[in-house]
Amino acid sequence: MSRIGVVFDKARTDGRAVLVGCMPAGFPTVEGSIAAMKAMVSAGVDVIELEIPYSDPVMDGPVIQRASDIALAGGVRTRDALRIVEEVAATGAPVVTMTYWNPIEQYGVDAFARDLAAAGGTGLVTPDLIPDEADEWLAASDAYELDRTFLVAPSSTDDRLAMTVAHCRGFVYATALMGVTGARREVSQSAPVLVSRVRAVTDLPVGVGLGVGTGAQAAAVAGYADGVIVGSALIRCLLDAPDQAAGLSALRAVSAELAEGVRNPTR
Amino acid sequence: MSADALAAPARFPDAAGHFGRFGGRFVPEALVAALDELAAAHRAAMADEQFQAEFAALLRDYAGTPSLLYEARRFSARAGARVLLKREDLNHTGAHKVRNVLGQALLTRRMGKKRVIAETGAGQHGVATATAAALFDLGCVVYMGQVDTERQALNVARMRMLGATVVPVTNGSRTLKDAMNEAMRDWVANVDDTHYLIGTAAGPHPFPALVRDFVRGIGDEARAQCLELTGALPDAVTACVGGGSNALGIFHAFTDDPQVRLYGFEAGGDGVATGRHAASITGGSAGVLHGTRTYVLQDADGQTQESHSISAGLDYPGVGPEHAWLHDTGRASYRPVTDAEAMAAFELLCRTEGIIPAIESAHALAGTLAVAGELAAELGRQPTIVVNLSGRGDKDVHTAGEYFGILDKE
Ligand SMILES: Cc1ncc(COP(=O)(O)O)c(C=O)c1O
Repeated sequence: MSRIGVVFDKARTDGRAVLVGCMPAGFPTVEGSIAAMKAMVSAGVDVIELEIPYSDPVMDGPVIQRASDIALAGGVRTRDALRIVEEVAATGAPVVTMTYWNPIEQYGVDAFARDLAAAGGTGLVTPDLIPDEADEWLAASDAYELDRTFLVAPSSTDDRLAMTVAHCRGFVYATALMGVTGARREVSQSAPVLVSRVRAVTDLPVGVGLGVGTGAQAAAVAGYADGVIVGSALIRCLLDAPDQAAGLSALRAVSAELAEGVRNPTR
Repeated sequence: MSADALAAPARFPDAAGHFGRFGGRFVPEALVAALDELAAAHRAAMADEQFQAEFAALLRDYAGTPSLLYEARRFSARAGARVLLKREDLNHTGAHKVRNVLGQALLTRRMGKKRVIAETGAGQHGVATATAAALFDLGCVVYMGQVDTERQALNVARMRMLGATVVPVTNGSRTLKDAMNEAMRDWVANVDDTHYLIGTAAGPHPFPALVRDFVRGIGDEARAQCLELTGALPDAVTACVGGGSNALGIFHAFTDDPQVRLYGFEAGGDGVATGRHAASITGGSAGVLHGTRTYVLQDADGQTQESHSISAGLDYPGVGPEHAWLHDTGRASYRPVTDAEAMAAFELLCRTEGIIPAIESAHALAGTLAVAGELAAELGRQPTIVVNLSGRGDKDVHTAGEYFGILDKE
């Protein structure tokens, strides 16, 4: 079983969901992002999803776009992201990377898989790579025993959902709603339906992302999903803060609230 | 597969939208159902006589096609070639773009969708989309980079007059590529009732094939017109290449005529060597952008680089995947044309023919001037060249006036 699988298994035994926290590599700086992710882990985030910034992130809303722009303007490179993986993985929390396909293709698919595995990363979430186009990644992730998380959506047909899930390893990412990343007042009604459709075809853990921002929302999602994936609400802590210390303390507070939420699933 | 099918390279994409190693779909899963629906609607429409008749009637009665093939004698004398201009500038809304937009508006209605969204750079595609939306009574939102809404204020006003909502995009480089990102984000959220009316032969499958099919009438007409006018096929067909729709539109009818050379002219900006250009094929490398694998201007990490061109319509860091494939197979040749070369050809057409071309189309004219001599030497006679004059220059009067320094100072 993959290292992420172990974390999901333990959470399941404990009757709670896993909290997955996302942060772009190099935002606001390389060192700043490492500090942010360490703070998240110490405040109760179980799994880090490290987003490798990309210039044209079509699945992302304004918060992640802004953070990615700042990271890229600061000159962050893919190889910096791999160094960040190594530093954050040293905390003991699994680190999964997430990025759009072009940066991986330009790094070299096999080289990326090799270097990610060497850095201690567990796998890759691919928001714009569907299994239909993923032959090279399927081979590389097999060769280096990395997890691969493809996305499923409310609009996925049953056939596509089964096909997509069959290509996943580690966990499945269910996009709760039709839209881009960003915290919302209400988490979509379509999420529980989507999760049960995934459960009908797999035993893999299912994480739900898009729209979660508060402890109450995290608790609600934990009531039906194995993982609660939060990005914009965490990133905003750093964007809105006057300085790094204030940002990290806001980040710790929101992480702790979300960690509390996933430990008290609404059933 | 038959021996014939193996011998002839497949011209159309495969079922998943691949042109050789290019094309395909690099999109969020959330969009796959809509792309499948669109691909099915496209296939059905192409086989539906009633759809084809309706499209043909709209092109004739509303857009004013077939556009003329005009022998530009004074320009020809300067070019050293017999130059025939395919006058897409005379179409309603002033460019080839109206063909694509009318086809996709008909598809939108066929799919029962009530709203269209579009990206635009110069505003030509936005104006064409707003026009079709008015005609078909569809809601219309056009995304346009904030830099472009300022550069092209007149077209913003035109779109609003036609009833469209224009949304200035303020993230990233605030130009066409960011407008396209924003349109994709809108589409993911509203895909049930919305069609993304993409403006060029790029993007995920089926867009490149679908847009090509709606604009290919340009070449079908030009081929017949050239045969009628000259009694023979042309020696070469030329077009400018931004995303690639007008070029594919005129190339397609000639791809099975091996004696007809196909030339695509990319925006060379200040010169490919300066790094300030929009020549994705000549100066870029293979990668993934906006849902398709193609040639892209990018850095070593795969981050998209900003493009530069005096022509807003060519100012895009990617290109449609079919061009990438035509380049790889060698069936078409792609070359850069600098801003300065394009503007010299712009002026030449104005002064010799009394036609003000779009600056995009001026790249095709400049490229034609450059290859005419080579062709004449190779053939040992004066070549005949069909040039796609993809649009008219009214929208560019301000840019060109500044370039030539002929605007009165206030
Ligand atoms: C007149 C004209 N020609 C050409 C283009 C470039 O697009 P494409 O390469 O898709 O023909 C544009 C785009 O705005 C245009 O307005």
